[in-house]
Amino acid sequence: MEKELWKGNEAIAEAAIRAGCDCFFGYPITPQSEVPEYMSAHLPKAGGVFVQSESEVAAINMVYGAAGAGMRAMTSSSSPGISLKQEGISYIAGAELPCVIVNCMRGGPGLGTIQPGQGDYYQATRGGGNGDYRTLVLSPSNVQEAVDYVQEAFDIADQYRNPVMVVMDGLIGQMMEPIEWHEVPKRDLAPKDWATTGRKDRDHNNIINSLYMDPEECDRHNDHLAEKYAAMEKNEVRWSETDCDDAEVVITAYGTPARIALTAIETLRSEGLKVGLFRPITLWPFPEEALRKLAKSDHVKAFVDVEMSSTGQMIDDVRLAVEGRKPVHYLGHAGGVMPTVEEMVEAAKKALKEVK
Amino acid sequence: MAIVYEKSKGLTDVELHYCPGCNHGIIHKLVAESLVELGLLDDAIGVCPVGCSVFAYKYFNCDMQEAAHGRAPAVATGIKRTHPHQAVFTYQGDGDLASIGAAEIVHAAMRGEKFTTIFVNNAIYGMTGGQMAPTTLIGQKATTCQTGRTKEQAGMPIRMAEMLSTLDGCVYAERVCVTDIANINKAKKAIKKAFQKQMNGEGFTFIEVLSTCPTNWGMTPLKAVDWLKDNMIPYYPLGVIKEVAPENAEVK
Amino acid sequence: MKKEIIISGFGGQGGLAIGKNLAEAGMAEGLNVTWAPSYGPEMRGGTANCSVVLSDKPVGSPVFAHPTELIALNEPSLSKFEAGVISGGCVFINSDVVTDKVSRPDLTAYYIPCNTIAEEVGNAKVSNMVMLGAYVAGTKILKPETIEAMIQEMFAGPKAKFIPLNIDAFRRGMACIQ
Repeated sequence: MEKELWKGNEAIAEAAIRAGCDCFFGYPITPQSEVPEYMSAHLPKAGGVFVQSESEVAAINMVYGAAGAGMRAMTSSSSPGISLKQEGISYIAGAELPCVIVNCMRGGPGLGTIQPGQGDYYQATRGGGNGDYRTLVLSPSNVQEAVDYVQEAFDIADQYRNPVMVVMDGLIGQMMEPIEWHEVPKRDLAPKDWATTGRKDRDHNNIINSLYMDPEECDRHNDHLAEKYAAMEKNEVRWSETDCDDAEVVITAYGTPARIALTAIETLRSEGLKVGLFRPITLWPFPEEALRKLAKSDHVKAFVDVEMSSTGQMIDDVRLAVEGRKPVHYLGHAGGVMPTVEEMVEAAKKALKEVK
Repeated sequence: MAIVYEKSKGLTDVELHYCPGCNHGIIHKLVAESLVELGLLDDAIGVCPVGCSVFAYKYFNCDMQEAAHGRAPAVATGIKRTHPHQAVFTYQGDGDLASIGAAEIVHAAMRGEKFTTIFVNNAIYGMTGGQMAPTTLIGQKATTCQTGRTKEQAGMPIRMAEMLSTLDGCVYAERVCVTDIANINKAKKAIKKAFQKQMNGEGFTFIEVLSTCPTNWGMTPLKAVDWLKDNMIPYYPLGVIKEVAPENAEVK
Repeated sequence: MKKEIIISGFGGQGGLAIGKNLAEAGMAEGLNVTWAPSYGPEMRGGTANCSVVLSDKPVGSPVFAHPTELIALNEPSLSKFEAGVISGGCVFINSDVVTDKVSRPDLTAYYIPCNTIAEEVGNAKVSNMVMLGAYVAGTKILKPETIEAMIQEMFAGPKAKFIPLNIDAFRRGMACIQ
């Protein structure tokens, strides 16, 4: 397959069209605006629907309506806009509708910066809206992965009738990289016989709803959702390990910091230092067991978590997986300042020195 | 014996939960009958609000979606744009439509979304317990303006039908009430016309129905009807607010 | 082999396009490449830059503080990025716009009158191609044939009349480097 040079945001829009996205509803915000721009130009040509909404709140509710009517629906935004979508995401999860939401993350809080960030980890993995729900969260660290994950996201969403988020820092949306258009695995999907399409060929009304006034009924609904989330935890966890087999220090990172870490590891290995990378690909469900296995191994002495965040957010999940067995150090910046190769090298060396 | 009257097939057999004297029941009936008479029930997809009519999805005998508070016009946009041949409607109250969902209704009308909105204006928040709505009249008492709404504190009530009529995408806006047989008949005619215009692809259609809330107004149902006539109609005049002739309306 | 290049200039000068051409050509030669733009208010008139990596290994960071080469199309770009260039690195300057000289003795500086040459070959718009030629000749990291084939592809069909102009500009740029 021939390689093509694509900008991340345009590539994910094209990927969605190729995955059969029927409709896209969005609102401009830097650094993701190329997604709605591309969709406006190309989705209608492919027979789909594009609407520029009046707000992110409206966009996610248009997604709700279209997804409830059986369509493959998508929206994208960047951090402050994703905050506005949280209400709708909670309703979509509650009503068990499939959809794909892309967050091309920038730094916060508030307006923060338009530069890349990873401060929305909690929001994505804990559910930024109200109630007990989860969204499956895929995190690419290059444009090829972004393209592949967005295509797969539609199938995953349909399979579980649940929103799937593709979360990437703004750099992956803005940068260009060679990609190949290859087939992503397709899943066996049940027909959407629950969708509101008009009752013509049915003997019952289809109703899309997240309201359960009877306490027992609402409890049962939540139990049902919890079972679904457990199934995702069982079947959908993804991660990658680089040079972890003999690593004494394991760097944990996702998105752009993970690829920067690969360069740091190369440098460290050339100096004879055994350092590896553990990269969660699904931020939720988090690859807890796999990371715990590393924490339990004799060769791993310490972890260094690296994020584009000042306080660290994923580090909570790293600590929960490590369960105090090994020290977990932190390196991070916000505001679009990237953790550098030099800083990672230094942090790994320091972590190693402390345990030797 | 001959059947002289029966419940519309556009409604399910679920018992309505509305308070005695509330107009929602009549308005539900008119929407349901309109859909049946126009042959649209099997193609209809309704969107209900948050507020007293939150359970409308149990009552209308067609496919329904329950929206978040105020977002029904956005939800309906998502449905209608992807299902242009279905009859799509939102059924919303004044808190839902004129307050929290003001942006969604204005922009759906601006875009000329080809669905019908049934806007039930009873000048108060019903379900949450009688708080002031954007449509609460000056001097009208509510639990968040206990001595009556004042212009200084809360501004003047909003006339949604007039406001939306300023937008080119809105091709038909009429205000009706259901206080008596004559007005009920007028209301039904308006609702049917709105659906017909929708199915003709003319643009956004909006029916504002003035409605009573005896419980939160603190009146008997009969007194509530009088209060509506004496106080609401003078501020919210009945009739066609806007109607664009089909040839001038947006092309299909 | 790894080249980390910063290309910087006023919006509209074509710096981002030079970067894209380098990435495209690198990709055509089987290298791993990334192109990352600065984005934000500078898009609207100020100085814009992009970072390009050409590498025989997978690219770690697509952004970096210490480029192997700097292509400076205006004065602010030179003053902003010169200090960061690695020792022994190269700076390519559009000398029709930038009057300052490279101050560090450990850098190799090339002064290319891109606009003058572009006008000589017939169109001010091809000043990018002049700079691209200078970069290719100065670093020898990409084959000139790759760039020329890319130009052929870029201007396929009705725009084919622009091919000789662009190739001419590219070759004149290369010729600037001794």
